[in-house]
This record gives sequence, C-alpha cells and structure tokens, in this order.
Amino acid sequence: MNETPFDPAAPLRPTGNLRRRRLVSHVAAYGATAAAVAAVAVLAIVVYTVVSRGAAAISLDFLFKGEPDGIGPMLVGTAEIVAIGTLMAAPVGILIAVYLTEFAAGGRVDRFVRLTLDLVNGLPSIIIGLFVYGLLVDQRSQSGFAAAVALAILMLPIVARGAQEVLVLVPGSLREAADALGVSRWRSVLTVILPSATGGIVTATILAVARAAGETAPLILVDSVWSGNEVSLDPFGPVPNVPVKIFRLSEEANPEALTQAWGAGLVLLSFIMLAGLGARALLARGKRRMAG
Amino acid sequence: MSTAATPIPGAATPSPRPRDRRRSLDRFGDAALRAVCVGAALLAVVILLGVAFQVAHGASPAISKFGLGFVAATEWQPNFDAFGAGPFLFGTLITSFFALLIGSPIAIAIGLFLSLLAPRGVSGVISPLVEMLAAIPSVVIGFWGLAVLAPFSRKHLEPWLHETLGFIPLFGPPQTTGLSVFTASLILTIMIVPIVSSISRDLFLSVPRDLQDGASALGATRWEVIRGVVLPSTASGVVAASLLGLGRALGEAIAVALVIGAGADINSSLFKTGDTLAARIANEFPGAITMLHKASLYYLGLILLAIGLAANLTAQWIGRRFDYRKAVAR
Repeated sequence: MNETPFDPAAPLRPTGNLRRRRLVSHVAAYGATAAAVAAVAVLAIVVYTVVSRGAAAISLDFLFKGEPDGIGPMLVGTAEIVAIGTLMAAPVGILIAVYLTEFAAGGRVDRFVRLTLDLVNGLPSIIIGLFVYGLLVDQRSQSGFAAAVALAILMLPIVARGAQEVLVLVPGSLREAADALGVSRWRSVLTVILPSATGGIVTATILAVARAAGETAPLILVDSVWSGNEVSLDPFGPVPNVPVKIFRLSEEANPEALTQAWGAGLVLLSFIMLAGLGARALLARGKRRMAG
Repeated sequence: MSTAATPIPGAATPSPRPRDRRRSLDRFGDAALRAVCVGAALLAVVILLGVAFQVAHGASPAISKFGLGFVAATEWQPNFDAFGAGPFLFGTLITSFFALLIGSPIAIAIGLFLSLLAPRGVSGVISPLVEMLAAIPSVVIGFWGLAVLAPFSRKHLEPWLHETLGFIPLFGPPQTTGLSVFTASLILTIMIVPIVSSISRDLFLSVPRDLQDGASALGATRWEVIRGVVLPSTASGVVAASLLGLGRALGEAIAVALVIGAGADINSSLFKTGDTLAARIANEFPGAITMLHKASLYYLGLILLAIGLAANLTAQWIGRRFDYRKAVAR
C-alpha cells in the first residue's frame, strides 16, 4: 500500500485509514461526552429555573399558612400520606425481601415473585390511581388513606428490591454461625440478618419515599378535592397535598399563582434531592463498612 | 438453605421444661415468619392481579357498549357519549416513539461515557447527577416544560425544524402556544434518558475487561472496541433497557398532560396539540360525571395497562435471555 521506503527513524504518524479510524473514534468519544454534558445541562437548567423563580415565593407565611397565602396544610398533608404509605409499604416490602432471600432463594417462586415486583414497578402510576379509585374511592369519598395506599403500591417494589439486594449481601457465615448455635430461623432473621442489613433497607426506604413524595397522577384521582386552607389530620377524609397543588396552580393564568407553583416545586424538589443525597451517602457508608 | 428451617436434631434433646417451651415457641416462630413472608409475597401478586381486574371491571360498561372498535374509533365527545381511543393511542405511541428515538442513542452514549470513557472521578460526579434527573417529580418537569420548554420550542426549535425539514409533513407550521406532541416528546426524552443510561452504564461495566483489552491489543481504536466488543455483547440488555424506558414514557401522565395541549384529533404534524392515554385520564377523570365517560377512561387505562405490561414483559424476557447468555459465557 505504502510506496515510500520504510524509515525506522521517522516519527510515528497515523496516515490514511488509521487516521480515519482515529478520527471516528475521537468523534464518537466527543459525542458521548457531549451527551453526558447535555444531560447535566438539562438538570442544571431545570433546577436553576425552579430555584430562581421559586425563591421569590418562599417565606415563613408561604411555608406555614394555608390557602391563599401558602402551602402549609399541603406540606403537612404530603408528610401525612407519605408517612402512612411508608408504614404500609416498608414492612411488607421487607418481608417480601426476607421471603426472597431466606425462603425461596434461587427457585422458581423466587423468579416469579421478582417478576411480579418488576411488573408492579413498571405499572403506570395513573393506572394505580384508577385501581385505588375503584377499590376505595368509588361510591365513597376521596381520602388521604386512598392516596397513601396508592403511594404504598408505588413504593412496595422499590423497598422490596432494594432490601433484597442488601439481604443477599449479608455474609453467609453469619447465617451459618446462627444455625450452628442452634438459633431458630426466625430469631436469626430478626436478630442477626435484618439488623446487619439495616443501612441498606433504610436507604431503599428513603429512595421510595423520595419517589412517592412527588407522585401526582394517582393523587389527582383519589385525593384532589380539598380546600387547603387548614391542616387536615384525618386520613379518612381528603388530605391536601403538594403535588396536586402544583398541578392546579400550573394551570392558572395569574402570575402570582405561577410564582406559588414554582415555590411549591422548589420545596418539593429540595426535599427529594436531599433525600436522594442522604440515601446515597448512607449507601456509600454501608458499602465501605461491608468492604472494610 | 430452606432445610435449615427444621431444628437441628439433638440440639435440645435432654429436655427439661423451659427448653421444651422454647422449642415449641421456635417452631411456632419459624412457621409464623414463613407464613407472614409468604403472605407478603402473595400480596404483591394479589396487587398486580387486582389492578388488572379492577381496571377491566371499571371499563366493562364501555367494553360492552363499544366493544373492540373503541380502540380504533377516533371520536371523543363526552357530551354526545361518543368515545374512542384512537387519537390517544396514536398520541401515546408517537410521543413514546420519538422520545425513544431521540432518547435512547443519547442515553446509550451517556452510558458509554460513564462506564468506559470518563475518568473515574468524573463519572463518579456525573452518574449521580444524571440519576438525579430521574428523581425530579413529573409535575415539576411538566411545569417546567409548560413554562420554559414550550415557549422555547415555539420560538426556536419548531420554526427551525419547519424551515429545514418542512417538506416532511411531520414538521408542519408551528402553532401559537408551543404545547404540542413535539414538546411532549422532548419532555418524555428528558424523563427516560436517566433510566436507560443508568441501566446501560451498569451493562457496559459488566463487559469483561479482558475482551476489551484483547481488542485494543489487536489495534482496535476506542470506538472499534465499543462497536465490536462492548455493544454486541450487551445488545439485548440495551434493548431491554430501552424497553423499560419505553414503558415509563407510555405511562407518564402528568408531565405530558401539562405540555401536550389536550387535543383530541390525529394530526400528521408534530407541532400540533395531541393527547396520550395517560394524560387524558389525568385530565378528565376528576371531572367525569357520566358513568360511560368514566368507564371509557377506564377503558383507556386498560389499553395503556396492556401496552405497558407488554413492554415490560418483553424487557424482562430479553433481559433474562441476556442473563442466561452471560451465565453460559462464563
């Protein structure tokens, strides 16, 4: 191919085909980098918009008063329904994880249950809203409890899969040691295995809470009729909540409502980001402890 | 592992009373724990079946009135009891399709960047940021789309696309608000990129280092290693990841409802308003009064459930095949 005589002293320089191949490689690498930069840029733009437009709305009145000045009752209400949802989802999710790792590991039932969890995880949240509406709201009235059930269904697969992933990491030697001491299975699960996986289970639960706190679609169907000017502590009646409030405000035309929507969005987003960071930090610490 | 549930023989044979009691307590405890765990697992199955049943049950009046023709019927006029899923099914498929078309190459590129190209420190910072994008609640993303992205797309993106590619009917003249199928697709793209990219990053990280080093040693460039080794060995996993993203895009209700403009007809232009199954349910269900209207919205939900489950099951199936192949290769 090359007519020029071989000169071992010449500097190595890519020519022809090799130059093209290198060029392609560099272009691909730059393209991939650009894609990552674009994703981070979108995050930055969204967060910047929410912070810059929402900051104007934030004040003590906004955080503590009811409609029309603030979102106090919605904050309390969201905390309420997310807490009830967590109380339902976390124990069931952890028990499913225990079942998967302690009783059914590797078997056909194990795969079937995991598939079910993945499918529940993939259910569109609006469908869960329709389900809970038919189950608890139709012919009765909207309630915070119905909202909590919907959120619990959303959280369940996240908690269960997250807890399962850490339970699998619990060293087999712990189980064997417990067995060798004649400790019965239920005692070893409750006093040895679950405690040593606490960190990971808490992480999974926090992630599920972060996901549930911002969920809007099911709440629109099962918990959206409330006045929002006072705190409602009765979960069996409608409970004001932040996501539905943002959704409603966003459809209004006056600029003040929009500022409030940005403010509520900022509060919600800050909570979710902090929860995410906390979960991540906890996970990193847990991993270090497992490794060390 | 499961046999360990039976008490070790001889462990408590010389049995004075308290021990006996303890043993029966243990036997009871084991059985109870097992029963509770089985119950919890069953509950997950019951929830899934319950969702399918409840949605089908809610839809049954509409099913018996309209039959399967509902799926393709294009009329949607609640005041005249005329209902059909056609426009929404179309809107759902087209927004998800474009979101996947734009989003999955970007997401795969991000996955490649994070797993193979970026220095560890950089990917350690960017990975969580990309995942954070997935954590933004859909109502916030949707509101941002309504207030920021829609005007931007109306002023800049849509006119530009119309000028350069206007000969394709997809890119018709821009409308006044920027609320369009196009904007909805962009919002969905933003929502699925983090999901697909974090799964594909993990996939690419699982490709054995030896294979990549071998290709490099044979003189392959970075791109050729990716093209020839990394992508082929993870192809089915990447497809599964994209399908999971598709499942997410199909079912997104709130963000889409805010930016798509709630039109009820089928347009060839992406820049006109449209609607999706999920967004229509979110918009109309709270205000639906007649029984047939509600049932028709449930019917939309049933169609959505069927497509969503199909996408997820296919993803699981492909993903499992991927696992299997990996297990054999090692």
